[in-house]
Amino acid sequence: MMIELISLIVISAGVFFFVAGTVGLIRFPDAYSRLHAVTKADTLGLGLVIFGLILQSDSIRSAILMFGIWVLMMASAATACPLLARYQQLSDKEKHRDD
Amino acid sequence: MTEWLFDGVLVSLLLALATACVFTRSLFNSITLYIAFGLLLTITWARLGAADLALAEAAIGAGITGALLLSAYAQSSFVKEQHQKRQTHWLAFAFLLLILIWLFQAIWPLADLTSSLTELSQQSLNNSGVDHPTTAVLLNYRAWDTLLELGVLLLAFLGARQLAIRPYKLPTSWPLLTAWSRILAPIIVVVGSYILWRGTSGPGGAFQAGALLAAGAILLSLTEVLPPLRWRSLWLRCVVLLGISLFILVAILTAWLGNAWLEYPLDYNSLLIFSIEVAATLSIAITLTWLVVGDRES
Repeated sequence: MMIELISLIVISAGVFFFVAGTVGLIRFPDAYSRLHAVTKADTLGLGLVIFGLILQSDSIRSAILMFGIWVLMMASAATACPLLARYQQLSDKEKHRDD
Repeated sequence: MTEWLFDGVLVSLLLALATACVFTRSLFNSITLYIAFGLLLTITWARLGAADLALAEAAIGAGITGALLLSAYAQSSFVKEQHQKRQTHWLAFAFLLLILIWLFQAIWPLADLTSSLTELSQQSLNNSGVDHPTTAVLLNYRAWDTLLELGVLLLAFLGARQLAIRPYKLPTSWPLLTAWSRILAPIIVVVGSYILWRGTSGPGGAFQAGALLAAGAILLSLTEVLPPLRWRSLWLRCVVLLGISLFILVAILTAWLGNAWLEYPLDYNSLLIFSIEVAATLSIAITLTWLVVGDRES
């Protein structure tokens, strides 16, 4: 009972971060701050959701699998975000040169 | 109640994404929406309990097709045409409506019908050489269809080759991305082989595994860890033709020595199906990689 309550709270917090990241993606003005919102908030949100689900899972195997998914997602977000930001910086520079 | 809510949201999102994908002005947005549509379709298949289709949709529909469309977009020259005004074609709309009504009438009675095919495929599962009904359908009962699918893929490959598209320039690869793809590649190989191996007893199979391996190979080619693929090299040609040629060889041998085209002998059917799947996976992986990356000079 206690574990279910904790898991519910943690998953709700995760969903809140997902919503916050999405709002940031829609509302923030430029590519850099949008990337910041999406990668950071979504990674934390996913981590919290997965933590909540691990608390409820009945086997070690599924818990380890879910944790692995989170690690992979985190690492690819950490790679994709600077990649996109670098591309944006390059095209900003080119634009600047054209003006 | 909650299930209805979830399904309702899923279906309306699918419809909204499909409409937006067709009607959006910019081609790039269309591609992005199409990839999102593929991901939602994956969830829909998983929700319907079709794990095989969900895997295929995730790996091929959303993953590789998305990469293919983006790479075609990078090579295309119709970027400038994107702000054309669209005309509304009322005639086309009326025609579409008629077809929809006709299709609906054809599909509606199927909901009450129970198919006898499910039972039939379960009955002969013991003699098929695999434990998973979907794989048995794909590689035993209807192996002919899979053979033709491989033929279609080969034709697509040859067609793309004839176009002789000049490869687009890659940005110089970046240490962090290279390092991450080097870590990711072995994981992809393990997962891809697992999906291939599991195909005989559960959801998975050649197309899904091939698409996964292709994703890894594309990542490594784009970061220039793998040497560039060249059609001139003999091994590339051999691997591309491996799957379909083994399949055709088996078909000819079964027709010549056995009873009929692709009717495997009972003692060897597991082995035959598995070797065809391995060969097909390699061919699919290399073909899809080439289609996305193209002939690149080093």
